[in-house]
Amino acid sequence: MADLAGDRELARVTAQVHQHYRQLVATRRIYSLIAVAMLVLVLIGALIFANNASSGKFFDRLPYLLDFIKSFVPNDPFEIVRAMFDLPSPYADGSFKYDYEEGRRYLFGSAFYIPEYFYAMVVTLNIAFLSTLIGGFFAFFLCFFASTNLMGANPARLVIRRVMELCRAFPEIVLAGMLAAVLSLGPIAAIFAVSVHTIGALGKMFFEVVENADMKPDEGLRSLGASWFERVRFGMVPQVMPNFVSYFLLRTEINVRASTIIGAVGGGGIGEVFRLSISRDHAAKTYAIVILLFVTIVAVDQLSALLRRRLVGNASFQFGA
Amino acid sequence: MAIALTPEERSALRAAHPEVFSPGPWKRWGALLLALAAPGYAFYCFSFFDIGRTIAEGKWERAGIYMADWVSWEAQPRFRFRDDGSIEIEHERFSPLGENPDPDWMTRLPGGREEVIFGGPANRIEVSTRQVMVYLAGTAYPVAFDSTGALLPESAPAAFSEKNGRVTVDFGFAGSAEIRNTQVLVRRRFFGWENFFFDTRSPYWGMNLPDLVRAVTSGERLDPKQSNLSLAIDEFLTNSEWQHGDVFNKLLQTIVMAFVGTLFAAALAFPLAFVAARNVTRTRTLNWITKRFFDFTRSVDMLIWALVFTRGFGPGPLAGISAIFVTDTGTFGKLYSEAIENIDDKQREGVRSVGAPAAAVQRYGVIPQVLPVFISQTLYFWEANIRGATIVGAVGAGGIGLKLLEAMRTNKDWENVAYMVLLILLVVFIFDNISNTLRSRLIGPRN
Repeated sequence: MADLAGDRELARVTAQVHQHYRQLVATRRIYSLIAVAMLVLVLIGALIFANNASSGKFFDRLPYLLDFIKSFVPNDPFEIVRAMFDLPSPYADGSFKYDYEEGRRYLFGSAFYIPEYFYAMVVTLNIAFLSTLIGGFFAFFLCFFASTNLMGANPARLVIRRVMELCRAFPEIVLAGMLAAVLSLGPIAAIFAVSVHTIGALGKMFFEVVENADMKPDEGLRSLGASWFERVRFGMVPQVMPNFVSYFLLRTEINVRASTIIGAVGGGGIGEVFRLSISRDHAAKTYAIVILLFVTIVAVDQLSALLRRRLVGNASFQFGA
Repeated sequence: MAIALTPEERSALRAAHPEVFSPGPWKRWGALLLALAAPGYAFYCFSFFDIGRTIAEGKWERAGIYMADWVSWEAQPRFRFRDDGSIEIEHERFSPLGENPDPDWMTRLPGGREEVIFGGPANRIEVSTRQVMVYLAGTAYPVAFDSTGALLPESAPAAFSEKNGRVTVDFGFAGSAEIRNTQVLVRRRFFGWENFFFDTRSPYWGMNLPDLVRAVTSGERLDPKQSNLSLAIDEFLTNSEWQHGDVFNKLLQTIVMAFVGTLFAAALAFPLAFVAARNVTRTRTLNWITKRFFDFTRSVDMLIWALVFTRGFGPGPLAGISAIFVTDTGTFGKLYSEAIENIDDKQREGVRSVGAPAAAVQRYGVIPQVLPVFISQTLYFWEANIRGATIVGAVGAGGIGLKLLEAMRTNKDWENVAYMVLLILLVVFIFDNISNTLRSRLIGPRN
């Protein structure tokens, strides 16, 4: 008999727990619903605003969205190859559109040339690599001064973090524009802009790696009376280096994209020639550049992924700003 | 206690750990090689981009002016010498001083002379039609004229320079005076952003705050059609120099581009990631097709999408939204599908073992595991896109990026650039905090 009473008690408690659970779920649902409803409202508002602010309205333009492709039909597929390698075109009519040879970069007199777009691609890649190198160099030296486990409560740590945040958030086109006003437009302005951004972005990643590092080697060195620099050099650098290099390679991938886009606003390189050719309806040239850019980006991504996988394994394969 | 090893122990250690005692050439020399290659590459780039010559040829003397323009403004009154011996003061069009200015640093002295003060009585000029007296650090230097131009005074310090009959005196930050035999052009620089709230044509121009509050709250209606407050807001937004209304509008466009683009990309990548994940969709062809689709949209640069959609939609946020949407669909798809492929399968098995339908298996077996990763990655990219949308806009999609580019092209509106940069930094800061708050609310504190 006592068991039955116990069972009934249990059933009552279970029902109560179940009811409480139901209530909690219902409250959560309501909050989720409100959140989603607000998101949808903001989204609709944003879409209406974006549509009104655009010169071509979405539903007006949608049927004609790809119309411009019609003017981007090359006369024959080999035109793309000719544009890519700066070979003379059979359609040449004196206009710039078919004048593929004009951009050749001759080496050793006139015996040998680099096709224009390959050269522009090299410019862009050099911008990306050099900026990553410069940015990585400064980020490497700054990150140790920004990490709490090495600096303690030193206020310099906060100052350096703020500087890194500023470097990260400062609009790249303004950095480029400032230098371009003094040096005239060109790759140096792009290098400066991408480098500064890289200092901020890599600096943040680096000091987070340092803060997550194992402090035992550091303790060991400290117990031997090592100075701060010796502790960083022998206790910290060896264990953070693989992750640093991994993030460095990831940044290289990102910077290749960043330097194409900053090229389009005046930094030179492939971005600029692409913007010009698409706005002038040069079909074959545009396709040649798109293919070149696509292949390069895929190649850089694959190479960097390969190196990173060999370096740190599949772990810490994280994206992020 | 010193550790002593016998030769046998030593060779035993060597034999036991060959990778430590005789590392491969790459391990031994690799770091040194890379350390040498990096400056080598930097040196190559230095000559490739001709950095040395470009920097040497830069117009560095202008850099100081441009930087000063960020936080200061300039008035340029011109003192013309008329034939009758009097001096006519001419202000530039749309002078920041407004119509009929009479600033306290310009005074009319007896004898028809004009005085301009560049900070204190020690640094000033006195303009008369026969000569200009320049007081620099307390010393007086008379600048006389002849028929060909102004003459450099004897023993003039380095602040004086002469070119084509024009003598220029540099007072540092406070400005400069260019003296000719027919006129004196004064550039007088002040710290701050002039006419930030109301331009010179506004009825509220030049009011201090108490006056403004009084005028807005209890003054006569300046415009019978609207209240003073709405007039003041209108005047503020349509300020011709600072263009607050336009700047806010363009900034909002940029925010909208990032917000809508990221949201739509996440919404499309979410279902596609389940198709691309090998452990959810068992059809290899479908996996392959979706994965290559992600690779394609990701690897075709955002620049290309931005320019393509600018051609399609015309300039405006729609083009920016589409570019961010397409690029990030690929990125999110890749990240999401990798997250799904790395889940612990036990949870799914458990849900399946109680006979749940396929959709419920994904809903209760997969989503709870991957949702935190999805949310955190999406928010990271949202933050990055808020910063990135500026530059996509500059390529042609509109928004604050294009406005920045236009302001920089003129080389005169650096104070507007500074204003927009400040707003962008503020927006980035606010959205970083929103995204951090959301992240910790939705998935708990970091990691």
